[in-house]
Amino acid sequence: MRAMTERPSEIVKFDNVGLRYGTDGEVLSDLSFTLFPGSFYFLTGASGAGKTSLLKMLYLAQRPSRGAIRMFGKDMITLPRERLPDFRRRLGVVFQDFRLVDHLSAFDNVALPLRLAGTNEGKVLKAVSDMLAWVGLSHRSQAIPAQMSGGEQQRVAIARAVIARPQLLIADEPTGNVDPEMALKLLRLFEALNNRVGTTVVVATHDVHLLKKVPDSLIMRLHKGRLSDPTGALRFPPRPEARRGATA
Amino acid sequence: MNGPPLPDDGADRKAPLPDRQRKIRGSLASRLLPQTRFGGPMPWVIAILIALVVVAAAGGLSLRNLAENARGDLSTSLTIQIVEANRERRDDLATQAAQIAGSRDLVRSVRVVPESELQQLLEPWLGSAAASEDIPIPALVDVELSRRANPQEIAGLQAALDEAVPNARVDAQSDWLAPVYEALSALQWLALALIALVAFATAAAVWLAARNAFASHRDTVEVIHLLGGTDRQVTNIFQRSVVRDAAFGSVAGLLLGIGAVWLLARQFEALDSGMIGGGGLDWPDWLVIAAIPLAGVLLALVTGRLTIRRALRSML
Repeated sequence: MRAMTERPSEIVKFDNVGLRYGTDGEVLSDLSFTLFPGSFYFLTGASGAGKTSLLKMLYLAQRPSRGAIRMFGKDMITLPRERLPDFRRRLGVVFQDFRLVDHLSAFDNVALPLRLAGTNEGKVLKAVSDMLAWVGLSHRSQAIPAQMSGGEQQRVAIARAVIARPQLLIADEPTGNVDPEMALKLLRLFEALNNRVGTTVVVATHDVHLLKKVPDSLIMRLHKGRLSDPTGALRFPPRPEARRGATA
Repeated sequence: MNGPPLPDDGADRKAPLPDRQRKIRGSLASRLLPQTRFGGPMPWVIAILIALVVVAAAGGLSLRNLAENARGDLSTSLTIQIVEANRERRDDLATQAAQIAGSRDLVRSVRVVPESELQQLLEPWLGSAAASEDIPIPALVDVELSRRANPQEIAGLQAALDEAVPNARVDAQSDWLAPVYEALSALQWLALALIALVAFATAAAVWLAARNAFASHRDTVEVIHLLGGTDRQVTNIFQRSVVRDAAFGSVAGLLLGIGAVWLLARQFEALDSGMIGGGGLDWPDWLVIAAIPLAGVLLALVTGRLTIRRALRSML
């Protein structure tokens, strides 16, 4: 059963968004799309197509140069920066370079979103222990990132992204450093969040095999900073309930 | 395959806590930034600066006490000087001057200074010649007043003496000490200026240290921000570090400063000078000195917070 009540009808809406760094030309142009609650998206495109720049805007690390962005029903362009943390807490992000805090243990890294949200320590202990067990890192809970392999670090990063059960999960190449079995397991975690909790998931990936693993997913293709949307499905997608109902 | 360990519905779906309640617990806050316990220069710089403030403050307070004690003693005293070469007539005039002065309401007591006492006072300068009758020594009359006299009252006493003792001259002791008071006052202002400069230097040191700390932990700050951390939470993390360093530096500086003041006090005590004896520190003065480290920590805290908040405003 999805937790779809009390949610805005759209999680994210980009309208004619462009992004340029400094005085260079636009790295992203005319992006218009809508992410609905409970949808699962793959973001694909060649290197340099602008995937990471788009994700940065999605996880509120970058404001666009033009256009309008609404997230969770609020205009993000005019939102004062003091209010950004409330919206960032609704997001879970798996960064391409993991961005774990170097001197914190795996446990403390995973616990960070909960502690920043003021969750009591008893709940933190249980939730983090369970999450570490699920990603197979219980025995590494006190290891710091420098003592872990790339795959272990990636699993910690994913555990940190999903521990607070975000409304929107954004993952940048989340399976790049893990073996196929673990990649599938992580994808199932994203699916479970998507199906059981209603989390909207956006996964940026180069792995074309991964796209076939989630049958109901929508694909966002970026090419030279522009979104390929010939059918308009990304701007006017069917509601997930209708989509899933139709496939059932 | 088991499903992921998602939190129970309801438990974590409640409205987020107000910002004030979202405090990162101490143990984590202290670990979020790698702590170089007293390894950096900031605690030691603060210790030196606080020690300088303690010495300057103790000096300033001591000078104030010295000036007030001296002013209190001397502002209610007068000296009548009678210059007369004939010794017998000089003694008579001194007695008359004492009687005239003693009859006035303002005067509490009068004493003709014995010649032997005058000779003792002059002996360090004149040697055995001070006792020679060839050197005419003026007669002195010490007058203690019941309160501080204004210039008109001193002029009135001079006028009363002029009729009977024409050679008498009234010296208000506070007048000839006026340049000393001015010098003491200037030294107090100097101490205050020194304290202000050192406070400025302390703030600058904290500002630099906080900026450097922020720059070297910028990645961690970005991660905390992206995970939903607020400016207040980030500021509090840095603030803990600043306060801890400042507290250590302030206490060390206080001990250093008090040690220096104690050594200086012993040196001045050895001078055995009556005036310097009035420059001791009272317990309210020690309270002021004890408050210096607290002020140092407060200054570091405010400077650190402002620096970090300003740096955070440059980030999204």
